[in-house]
Amino acid sequence: MIEKTVNQKAWFLVAPVVAVVAFNALIPLMTVVNYSVQETFGNNVFFWEGVKWFEEILHSPRFHDALLRQMLFTGIILLIEVPLGVAVALTMPRRGPWVSVCLVLMALPLLIPWNVVGAMWNIFALPDIGLLGKMINGMGIDYNFTQQPVAAWFTTILMDVWHWTSLVVLLAYAGLCSIPEAYYQAARIDGASAWAVFRYIQLPKMKRVLTIAILLRFMDSFMIYTEPFVLTGGGPGNATTFLSIDLVKIALGQFDLGPAAAMSLIYFLIILLLSWIFYTLMMRNEAQ
Amino acid sequence: MFLSWMAWTWPTVAFFLFIVLAIATMGVWEHFSPGGGPRRGILGLDTTRGDRLFISLVGSAFIHLGWLALMGTPLWGALTLSILFLIAVFKWV
Repeated sequence: MIEKTVNQKAWFLVAPVVAVVAFNALIPLMTVVNYSVQETFGNNVFFWEGVKWFEEILHSPRFHDALLRQMLFTGIILLIEVPLGVAVALTMPRRGPWVSVCLVLMALPLLIPWNVVGAMWNIFALPDIGLLGKMINGMGIDYNFTQQPVAAWFTTILMDVWHWTSLVVLLAYAGLCSIPEAYYQAARIDGASAWAVFRYIQLPKMKRVLTIAILLRFMDSFMIYTEPFVLTGGGPGNATTFLSIDLVKIALGQFDLGPAAAMSLIYFLIILLLSWIFYTLMMRNEAQ
Repeated sequence: MFLSWMAWTWPTVAFFLFIVLAIATMGVWEHFSPGGGPRRGILGLDTTRGDRLFISLVGSAFIHLGWLALMGTPLWGALTLSILFLIAVFKWV
């Protein structure tokens, strides 16, 4: 049996990371927990409220609606982006001069700052001067994302698909490139169809990177703020007010720090639970 | 005061002390019985002690939220359920 070297001093090398995480994550999180059980009117004066804010948020129709909208949005973009990303990755060349061209084109949307993406799509989709908005209206479809909830949803989803499908493409492409040629040769000898190659070689080999892609897209889209904020500002009405937009409205718009803290903790727990379930389910399939 | 912006209260101090103690206990447990006690429980998941603690804590949080939503305060019932949940998770999961 191999003797494992025991050297606990290595833990000191982790200390800087622990310090950074403490400052940018743990201490703010602890403060949020403290705020969530108190009421404040500023000036560092706090009044004990117990679990009142949690009860209020859990019974608030406003929170329920925002949560439902958030889940619907995340569900839709996952259902579009993951299959689309895999499909695009499958069509990309594996070798030759076009590889770098494709990779750069794919990486471009990821490099654009989120508020710029929102502003771009805002102008692009305007019904009177935007290219997309004008075109849709020109086809005889009444489209105005600043007034119609369905149009606002359509534009927000289209924007997210445009911005983030590339991430799935790049990850899936990396997974595809790591498959040795021998697998394909074996498949050809067996006379496997293109579907069989995809189902029994490419998909299983992409499982790990797709797990990461789904987790990243799930967490990012569940916390989405900047793009819909710039594009629709949560409107029309509350049609695209997702959880984080609602949270900022409560925390900064109304300065209700207590309810906002309680809401962010519930929000955090939901993300934690769903991420854990995703990860566990996918890793369990891996083990079998 | 330096920490006044963090708005500490005794209940939240106690809560975080409990979390720190739980993690420290795991460290001591690991020292006396290394390896984390991996096994496959009734859910078909491969878990170690750390996983079981995580499941217990997240589960307890949701038990408390659920109790608060359905029954309201006081939360003693939720606390009892959470302790039962913790015992069950450490025994079977």
